[in-house]
Amino acid sequence: MSVIVATSLAEAFAALSAHPEATLVAGGTDVMVEVNAGHRHVADVVMVNRVGELCTWRHDGAMLHLGAGVTWSQIEAAPIAEWVPVLAQAARTVGSPQIRHVGTIGGNLGTCSPAGDGLPGLAALDAVVHLASPAGERSLPFAEFMVGPKRTARVAGELIIGVTVPVLRGWQGYSKVGVRNAMVIATASVALVTDLDGRTVRLALGSVGPTILRCTEAEAFAAANVDFANGAASAAVVSEFAALARAAARPIDDHRSTAEYRRHAVGVLAGRLLRRAFPNE
Amino acid sequence: MSEFYVLHVNGAAREVRDAAAGESLLFVLRERLGLMGSKGACEQGECGSCSVLLDDQLVCGCLVLAAGAVGQRIVTIEGVAPLGAPSDVQQAFVDAGAVQCGFCTPGLIMATHSLLERSPAPSEMEIREELSGNVCRCTGYGRIIDAVQRVAVARRGAQ
Repeated sequence: MSVIVATSLAEAFAALSAHPEATLVAGGTDVMVEVNAGHRHVADVVMVNRVGELCTWRHDGAMLHLGAGVTWSQIEAAPIAEWVPVLAQAARTVGSPQIRHVGTIGGNLGTCSPAGDGLPGLAALDAVVHLASPAGERSLPFAEFMVGPKRTARVAGELIIGVTVPVLRGWQGYSKVGVRNAMVIATASVALVTDLDGRTVRLALGSVGPTILRCTEAEAFAAANVDFANGAASAAVVSEFAALARAAARPIDDHRSTAEYRRHAVGVLAGRLLRRAFPNE
Repeated sequence: MSEFYVLHVNGAAREVRDAAAGESLLFVLRERLGLMGSKGACEQGECGSCSVLLDDQLVCGCLVLAAGAVGQRIVTIEGVAPLGAPSDVQQAFVDAGAVQCGFCTPGLIMATHSLLERSPAPSEMEIREELSGNVCRCTGYGRIIDAVQRVAVARRGAQ
């Protein structure tokens, strides 16, 4: 057994080369739950939470680059919260302050659970995920990165190094349903992002399918029927938008909820978020 | 290799020997270093009874890979104040009746110290949100919030 604490990308790659099957750990808040329960055995571990290059973010005008090691505590606070409110709202619902202090956006991507709170916002923002290995870097749209429940396009030897999202003008929000307000895994979740310049409304659903689902029909309907200039949407438009969100869901019954409840919930949440984005009738 | 490593706990270097793979910081603190103040309950980050400070950040000890915490400053409930001389937060919990069975108390004391370091005058909403990762099944939280507010007020008065 070895636990290697990498403090640079070069060290992380060297550790991965020496231990190709090593478990990559950032905050550890997903991995350790499985280890404590005896569901996962770790032999070799490469800690990436202290890799300097991963713990930074960069805002250059229209884009925000978040290193994989940026924590939810950082994302829920200014200035990042002001640039990507949808991620900040999601961050505020990730576990507890204890979890958010160490849990990272890279870890959320690495686990890639359909219930991951950061993922609907990343999907709605058309985020680009950056992967690196000693052979070089590659970038994938989020939709190509997440290929199934807890399955990603990352290959052995690669590190998730960060994610790039646009800084948009317009309302953004994230809502989720769970059994209580704090410390809860999403039963159903919805992210909505408006782009006032591109005149688009983006809608992504979590916990109601094998991956995060973008609702392209609801998005096209909203773009054609809301009043961007006056921040207005009629009750009929909100209602139809909610129905299209429900239709896009592909939920299952499991220990947390039923498919029927999840489908209903994403409709309610989608309608509620559209109303918040366009408060006038 | 991590069969042997050194953790910095409450200002002292503590050697950990013959550790198994995947041991949590909570396990190492309690079972290898004899620091029984941090409590273990859910082992999945939901109850907060294992809360400790890691480089000044409040974390769940059960979710920290112990061998990965090498080189970081760890403060446990034992490091908050010497025996017999409770911190203002500990005393306020006693005075406010915020302790019943006491199992959650070490984690709540750590969370309260952390909160008041960052936010000296928190609103009730802020207190509830900041302590949302610490579950108490006895008190109903009213007296815990009272205790936090007592400390905040007393510290402002002392300035």
